[in-house]
Amino acid sequence: MGEKFTTHIKSRNGWFDINIIELFQYKDLTWLFVKRNIKVTYKQTILGPLWLILNPMLTVLLYSFVFGSIAGMSTDGSPQLAFYLASNALWSYFATSLSQTSTTFTSNATIFGKVYFPRLTMPISTVLTGILNLLVQIGMLMVALIIYKLQGVQINTNITILLIPILILQIAVLGLGCGIIISALTTKYRDLTIVVTFGVQLWMYASPVVYSIAQIPDKIYFLYMLNPIAPIISIWRYAFLGSGEPPYFYWGISWIVTMVVLILGIILFSKVEKTFMDTV
Amino acid sequence: MGETVIKIDNLKKKYRLGTIGGATLNAELQSWWARKRGKEDPNLRLGEEQEDINVTFWALNGINLEVERGEALGIIGANGAGKSTLLKILSRVTAPTEGDIWIKGRISSMLEVGTGFHGELTGRENIYMNGAILGMTKKEVDIKMESIIEFSECQQFIDTPVKRYSSGMYVKLAFAVAANLDADILVMDEVLAVGDMKFQKKCLGKMGDVANNEGKTVLYVSHNMNTVRSLCTRCIVLNKGQIAYDGDVETAIQIYLENNKEDLKTIFDTSKDKRPLYDLGKKGCIDFIQLLNKESARYDVCEKMLIKVKWRMKCCIDKVKLGFSLKYADGTNIGFTETDASFDVTSGNDYETILEYNLSNLAEGVYFIYLQLFYLDELNIVHGIDQSEKIFIEIIDNDPSKTSWQRQYWGSIRLNTLKIIKKGINDEDIIFK
Repeated sequence: MGEKFTTHIKSRNGWFDINIIELFQYKDLTWLFVKRNIKVTYKQTILGPLWLILNPMLTVLLYSFVFGSIAGMSTDGSPQLAFYLASNALWSYFATSLSQTSTTFTSNATIFGKVYFPRLTMPISTVLTGILNLLVQIGMLMVALIIYKLQGVQINTNITILLIPILILQIAVLGLGCGIIISALTTKYRDLTIVVTFGVQLWMYASPVVYSIAQIPDKIYFLYMLNPIAPIISIWRYAFLGSGEPPYFYWGISWIVTMVVLILGIILFSKVEKTFMDTV
Repeated sequence: MGETVIKIDNLKKKYRLGTIGGATLNAELQSWWARKRGKEDPNLRLGEEQEDINVTFWALNGINLEVERGEALGIIGANGAGKSTLLKILSRVTAPTEGDIWIKGRISSMLEVGTGFHGELTGRENIYMNGAILGMTKKEVDIKMESIIEFSECQQFIDTPVKRYSSGMYVKLAFAVAANLDADILVMDEVLAVGDMKFQKKCLGKMGDVANNEGKTVLYVSHNMNTVRSLCTRCIVLNKGQIAYDGDVETAIQIYLENNKEDLKTIFDTSKDKRPLYDLGKKGCIDFIQLLNKESARYDVCEKMLIKVKWRMKCCIDKVKLGFSLKYADGTNIGFTETDASFDVTSGNDYETILEYNLSNLAEGVYFIYLQLFYLDELNIVHGIDQSEKIFIEIIDNDPSKTSWQRQYWGSIRLNTLKIIKKGINDEDIIFK
């Protein structure tokens, strides 16, 4: 008789009890969440969507002042602004994806406690929302590059730029993966939310965001490149600015790490989503 | 008969009592390490036993139930009987510990008002959102849009962010969405407690409609027996995580009320009870209550109830009074009475007061009273000092000349007898009294 029923709620929840088809059926909801997130972010602010441009601009100016002018870090011969614009675009996308999805359960406890829908729609929509920000920053980078070119500065934007969508996809998946792992763990251990803020900072300095990869000593180069972010940012910057060498080998490793993180994240997340209401 | 849309098989849900897990990773590691070495857990509160950590509680303990299409099933039971847990599992908010549920069709749960509403979005956008949460596509919601807006009575405000709505409008919109969206099974938990009377009526009507005419199934949880009575076609009584009764609504309500009255105790030693509010029992307290001359608290209609109350005051207050509020077993308020005189207390006095109350106006049925100790300040404002637990009494009416009482239409008070002054068959003797 089981087959004529559409839903079966059962107690046994195995580790691989994940309903991807259902997630796809709820794509309208994911989309609505994205629209809602965008709409709500700049409600009741004076400058509104202008923050999309102001925010990265201020960050990049700060970077070029502190790391470029005061610390005098090398940018591999690229103009400082372009260098920091490029790395900040990708890094800030990753960082916001991670920290926002890491609070999925705790900040949505009220709605999760009342209705059912595939919980993964929430973090996925968060990550998708961030793309708007990323696109704006890429736009700003393009404008900067054109201005530099017009001024006759040597910028070697090259064919690798076709990899950009893949890089964005990867960084999104990585941010989502890390975020949902943490979100699953924070339902039980609230300490992690504090660690996340600090950890993301630390991770930034362990990645070639404010400096170029050429400054890494050979001795720790291999270890350094195991950080999945490092090859992604290197290739990203190479595509736009043509500076440095694209580390394709390490990119392969980075993809493996990304997929492992994603799968682990989904498994943990699905495990927790069924009973987290009893512990939150 | 009809087809089964919900089938629940041996459903169980276990909760761990006390704090669940460690509050922090650090604390949990500490506890684990201490247990490992066989030492006392540093995170246990003093006096707490080691075994206490894993005390479990079965919120649901073996529920078997089948619901057919078009039924309006009421679920009643005392607090903690497992009603809400059952609904939570059905709406897939949490998973059962054991057992299976099969469901046919889409479930829309409205466990609380405005589920999934976002304050910054307009009413219309929230309708789309709620539809999507139910798994509907935008097109499907579009079809229903007009009827939802009309039902909600919020046409004017539909494009205003819902954070500017009054709470009443919020409820109306929320209900309109839940009731009109394309769900096959509607789960409602005490939703009608809010909203004005007119809208409550409309909701009940709509829910009845939904069940009878549209062939949808409604699961309704409430403490309000009147709404259960008017909406449901079948009713289950939950008691301690199990189904105590399943069937006809009136019988179910009777059983629920019977369960509620316990055993009609006549002696209450309240000196050591924990008071429900912090304030109670501080200035003075009721220590002991006894219903005099009774084995159990059953009274005949015209009987007088004698209550012995032992109480004492810890400070000097003037104008102290005793009184009680009377409620029907389902919680409906009936009335309040107070002593005809007040006490001017000096500290440390013990009293053993005997009160008399004439029950003649109460119709047959089960009631309970809260005995209260209170004082009036200079402005005649009431300040509670202490309050008893529920004291259940049953009124029995054996007089065959009286009509049998129809509570659902008449309430609980038997008004004074209607005297006939002139029968008016033959207009002979006009009597004036």
